[in-house]
Order: sequence, then C-alpha cells, then structure tokens
Amino acid sequence: MTTPLRSLSTLTAGQAKPDTPVKIAVTGMNFFYGATQALSDISIALNANLVTAFIGPSGCGKSTFLRTLNRMNDIIPGTRVEGTVTIDGKDIYGPGTDVVDLRRRVGMVFQKSNPFPKSIFENVAYGLRINNLATNRGELEGRVEESLKAAAIWDEVKDRLHASALALSGGQQQRLCIARALAIQPEILLMDEPASALDPIATQRIEELIYQLKRDYTIVIVTHNMQQAARVSDATAFFWLGGLVEYGPTETIFTNPAEKLTEDYVTGRFG
Amino acid sequence: MERHVRHFQEELDELKGRLLEMGGLAEDRLRLAVRGLVERDGPLVEKVLVGDAAINQLHIDIDDRCFKLLALHQPMAVDLRAIVAAVKINTDLERVGDLAVNISEAVRRYLQHPPVKELIDIPRMAELAQDMLRDALDAFVRRDPELAQHVLTQDDALDELKTAVFRELLGYMLRDSATIEPALDLILISRHLERIGDHATNVAEDVIFMVSAKDVRHQ
Repeated sequence: MTTPLRSLSTLTAGQAKPDTPVKIAVTGMNFFYGATQALSDISIALNANLVTAFIGPSGCGKSTFLRTLNRMNDIIPGTRVEGTVTIDGKDIYGPGTDVVDLRRRVGMVFQKSNPFPKSIFENVAYGLRINNLATNRGELEGRVEESLKAAAIWDEVKDRLHASALALSGGQQQRLCIARALAIQPEILLMDEPASALDPIATQRIEELIYQLKRDYTIVIVTHNMQQAARVSDATAFFWLGGLVEYGPTETIFTNPAEKLTEDYVTGRFG
Repeated sequence: MERHVRHFQEELDELKGRLLEMGGLAEDRLRLAVRGLVERDGPLVEKVLVGDAAINQLHIDIDDRCFKLLALHQPMAVDLRAIVAAVKINTDLERVGDLAVNISEAVRRYLQHPPVKELIDIPRMAELAQDMLRDALDAFVRRDPELAQHVLTQDDALDELKTAVFRELLGYMLRDSATIEPALDLILISRHLERIGDHATNVAEDVIFMVSAKDVRHQ
C-alpha cells in the first residue's frame, strides 16, 4: 500500500498555502539499484514556481529522487523504478514519453560545473542548435544573450563570448551551465548541489539567482547544506534512509518541524 | 561587477520599515494622550484607549519577521546585531504604546476633577520623551551612533523634571487634601513619561550596539 500524496496544501493547516498549481506529483515511488532499494514509497507533490529543497544526510536518497524527475537514472544499468511521476498530470514513465523531450522540459544543473570545452557562446548556443530552437543567427545570438542575462552572468562575459568557457571561474562556470540549461526554455530546473563546490561569494550569487529564477521556473534543489535550503527554498522535504520523513513550508521545517527526526537533523543532532 | 542586492537585505529593510511604523504609532498615541490632558479633551483620550490593536499587531508581526530572518538566513555581524536590536526595540516600542494607554487612563480619571494647576512641566516632559523616541528611531534608521548618544544624555533632564513635578504636587497635596486624587494621577503620568524616556534610552543603546557592537548599558 502506498502512502497518500503529500502536498503543501494538505500539510500546511493554518498557514499560507502556495497559490501555484502542482507541477510534479510522485506517488508510491520505489527505486532500486539492482537489489538495493534506494527509495521507499515516496509520495509528494511539488508546486510550480516555488523552490523546493531536498535535504537529508548522505545516502538518504535525495539525489536519486531528484534524478527520477527527468529520468536521469535511466542511463544507469540495473536500476528500476516503481510508482508514478507526473508532470502537469502526464506520467513521465508512461509509454510514449519522449525522454529527450522530457529532459528538454526538465533541465538539470550538477554539483560540478561541466561546461563543454567550447566557447562561452557555443556552450549556450549548442542546445538551441540541436533542438532547432533558433531559425537564424540573429535569433540565436538573442537567445544566448537572454539566457546569459537570466543566469546573471552576461555582464561578466559579454566582452569575451568567444573565449573558452574553461577559462571562467568555478562560480562563473556554474552560472554558465545554468544559462545553458535555461537556453532551451525548460519548465523545471533540477539542481544537484549546485553550489557545493563554490566559495561563499559565488554561492551567494547562485542562491540569489535561484531566488530570481523561480518567477519563471519550477526549481528543485538538492543540498546537504541545510542553511542553504533555509535561505533559498519555499518548501523543504527531508529524506532519511530512502524515505520521505517530512515535507512542508521551509519556515515550518526550520522553526517548528512536526517530526522529531526532522528536528534532530535540522538542529544538528545527527546526520 | 554589478552591485547585487540580496533579497535578505530587502527583507531587512522591510523589517526596519515596520519598526518605524510602530514607532510612529507609539509616538502618535503618546502625543494624543498628552494633548487630551492639556486640552481637557475627554473624547480624544478615549480614542487612545481603544486604539492599541495596530501596535499589538505590529508587535507580533515584527517578532515573527525577526524569528524567520534568524532561522532562515543565519545573519552575521552587523546583520545579526540589527535583528537582535530589532527584537529588543520592538519590545520597547510596544511598552511605549502600553504606557500611552496608561497615561490615557490616568488622564481620564484626572479630567473628572477640576484642574490642580496649570500644566507646565508635564507637557515639557512629554515633548522631551517624544523627542527622545523620535531621535532614537532616526538614529536606528540612519545608523547614527552620535544621535543615539544624544538621546542618552537627555534622559537625565527627564528624570529631573519628574522629580520636580513630584515635589511641586506634593506641596499641593499637603495644602489641600481635595487635590490628592488628581495630583496622584499627574504624578503617575509623569512617571509614565519618565518610563517612556527609559524605553527611548534602551532603543538608543540598542542602536549603538547595532552600529558599533559596543554595549553601553548600565554605564
């Protein structure tokens, strides 16, 4: 038997409910790496245009869960998923799902910035080209500029668009990767520890960027930095041993969580 | 690199705005209560007595904001001191609002008697207390430790006026027992005004702590 769907609207009695619709709904998810079960019976609804953070100790399944949301785990041999994941009501594991199209709609940014060994311009233009999203050079340049601006890096790179992306600092590379993800106009942005390899100033810029981006995107971020989750997210889900322990508005999770386990984790008593 | 404003900073500014709003309300209520006394305007005093809800609401709202900012943003250095100061200033301003109510209650009783004397020192005390409160809040907004220091030096004048009011009214009460009741209310009012000065002093001390991290209390 699966647990009922956990959503902000059912968990926030007496508090302001999110006024955005559910974007992603997961029910009864089990996930296996071979014989090892990594996720047990996860049911959760994520709202559009909010930042939702997944927190929990290493190995709790939060990254695995993030990667189920654009079927990134498909590329790992021996993995198996049970349950359903719907985006805008449509099951992404159902037959007829075009995984390439899914990943265009659900972009991803990783822990370690991974720009292509190409120019700054080409990094952002690449996805536009292979998806035929620009019909001519002028449009391509416009979309590249727009994406770099949205990722708050335009001012730093506009005079050297054709320099190698690998010459940028770590924080700039990460923002370039965000620009690259934004260029193909996804609806959802998954971020797996996007700032964990960055210094505090670069981290702050990424966090501020995340805050700005939620106007246009639904953002899901995995972080083992609890303070970061507190700063950037609207909703927080706490994972432990492959299960979803608690999910609610971030301020509740960090000021008055319902579960003892969550309280012990956010107060640093374990984890 | 373009200046990039953190949304935390916006929330901090919003918090300061709320505190100022609260300070303004407390100051208004004090002014009305004392005007009611000087002009013997009963209905005006009644207005002060019923109008505490806005301040009480802000009291809760400001504490809630501080709590969330501390919990969610882990502020450091001057930001941390600003929020701790805001929590304390919030309490002081709420007390000023309560004292305005206490003054109004005393004025209401006082107005049931003929005037004991022409009021000179009490309006002066009220003006001084309002100045101190306004200066303390200005110092908070402008992060101005000198203005805050100026507030601290004014507190002695207020204390002296309170003592003078007491001595003078004691004389009236000794001469004419019919004045005891209204004179006691005037003494109470002067005591409330002196307490408002103490709260303004607390606010000024918190401002100095916020700006320079120096604790100047109890010196």
